Amino acid sequence: MASLLNLLYQCGDSFAFLVLSALGLAVIFGMMGVINLAHGEFIMCGAMVTVSVARLGLPLPVAIACGALVAGVIGIVLERLVIRHLYGRPLDSIVATWGISLIATQGTLILVGSSLPGVGTPFTSVSLGGNSYPVYRLLLIAVAVALLGALYLLFNVTRYGTVARATIALPHMAEALGVDTGRVYSLTFGLGAALAGLTGGLYAPTMTIVPTMGGTFLMEAFATVVIGGTDVFIGTAPAAAVLGVVKALATSWEGQLIGQVALLVAVIAMVRVLPRGVSGWLLQERG
Amino acid sequence: MTDAMPPVPGLSMPVLSVSGLHAGYGGKPVLQGVDLAIRPGEIVAVIGRNGVGKTTLMRALIGLLPAMQGEIRLSGNPLDTLPVHRRARAGIGYVPQGRDVFGRLSVEENLRVAESLCVGRRPDLQRAYDTFPILHERRRQRAGTLSGGQQQMLAIARVLIGQPSLLLLDEPSEGIQPSIVQDISRIMVALNRKTGIPIMLVEQNLDMIRAMAQRCAVMDKGRITADLSAQDLQDRSIMRRHLAV
Ligand SMILES: Nc1ncnc2c1ncn2[C@@H]1O[C@H](COP(=O)(O)OP(=O)(O)OP(=O)(O)O)[C@@H](O)[C@H]1O
Ligand SMILES: [Mg+2]
Repeated sequence: MASLLNLLYQCGDSFAFLVLSALGLAVIFGMMGVINLAHGEFIMCGAMVTVSVARLGLPLPVAIACGALVAGVIGIVLERLVIRHLYGRPLDSIVATWGISLIATQGTLILVGSSLPGVGTPFTSVSLGGNSYPVYRLLLIAVAVALLGALYLLFNVTRYGTVARATIALPHMAEALGVDTGRVYSLTFGLGAALAGLTGGLYAPTMTIVPTMGGTFLMEAFATVVIGGTDVFIGTAPAAAVLGVVKALATSWEGQLIGQVALLVAVIAMVRVLPRGVSGWLLQERG
Repeated sequence: MTDAMPPVPGLSMPVLSVSGLHAGYGGKPVLQGVDLAIRPGEIVAVIGRNGVGKTTLMRALIGLLPAMQGEIRLSGNPLDTLPVHRRARAGIGYVPQGRDVFGRLSVEENLRVAESLCVGRRPDLQRAYDTFPILHERRRQRAGTLSGGQQQMLAIARVLIGQPSLLLLDEPSEGIQPSIVQDISRIMVALNRKTGIPIMLVEQNLDMIRAMAQRCAVMDKGRITADLSAQDLQDRSIMRRHLAV
């Protein structure tokens, strides 16, 4: 019983990490077709801002919101300056975002130093069935689920969402119907960057804040997006669920390293079976 | 034309005036000096062989294709420097060949996208539904599941949300069964009579042209080469010559 509960917690924890790592990347890739290799640096930015604001004495949720906001604003600026000129040129945008990533990592190293003092993890632990679980990580699972729900509502209920989906499907037609598509792309890139910043903020209390910390999230993020495919909702969540279980099982069986290896093997296997990702397969099934 | 007369807005001034328009793909002009004027309340058909550049003309008017040379004015205001969405908001209602409805969005969501056309004005979905009641019945349905005729109605209804000052219809009869083509013709003529909205109709379907248009511009080799009257439209031999070549 206790070990089952433990495994369940591990699955949830992996799921949350995969979802939160991937969402920003998935939004930008799914809605705009841009593979953002600077994704990890937006996460790092969110984490840096979060710890800096928290150390000023502001409450952690406010600090995390600041992290998301700053990352989002930087995202919008970068979209205007760089990404905008590379739409329809996927390879060029990969190179450009990779460049941004290198500059951001090195620039942060120079400006901030090799690490920032962190903030302590809030809350303590609860014990259940003989094991104790950190409350903050349980909270992160709830946040991941809530965020999926919020994004679903954003894209399916709000006016921005309707216009964004139309723009993604037929950009020329959306324009001919009065949509300022440049603004839609800008906001969408900003949203993806803000989600990455939020992830950085959320995990900031749990890790060491270094300029290269984005890398920790990158593999998970890419694994989830590759498996998920282009549709954020019917892709990312199921992909994170499957990979979360694989990783949790392998980790509890043989430890962290084997967990990572299993994740990679699962990705390779699933790419062979579903080359267009979970969402591509589901959309094809549905016709 | 009316250049020598004092301008009386809405009466003598054409809604759309195109002069010397050149546009094309990859530096190769398809349009080589199009001159065309559409006056208030008119329905003008544009005909010409397949591949002559009718769609290219429409795309240049809405701005999806940059003009290489020439001038486009809407009610006297130059459009050439405006991006597509600003031209649409300025009053060009573009219904493309192939309809281009957002297939995975519902009928109502398709209309909601077009609310972007209304700046500083309350969008009125009800008017679109009044024009095409079937769309109201189907408003929750995905647009991709509609029949071709219903998709065409949706494509037209979308631009009507913006209360455009000119409608551009590119082959609205394509792939649609004849009875629905008749319905659409009838609805468009009624709308034109009621609101006075001018329509530029690119068509190959002679029945639709006859049912709607008051005159007909013939396109050939990248220019407008002839202007046929309503009487010419009834003359089979003239029409066959221009459509079939
Ligand atoms: N995207 C494009 N790139 C390059 N050439 C194009 C493109 N679209 C059209 N053309 C060419 O431009 C010319 C005009 O095409 P256009 O689509 O305007 O013709 P059309 O009169 O609308 O024909 P149809 O009656 O078949 O609809 C054709 O020779 C076509 O091959
Ligand atoms: Mg055409």
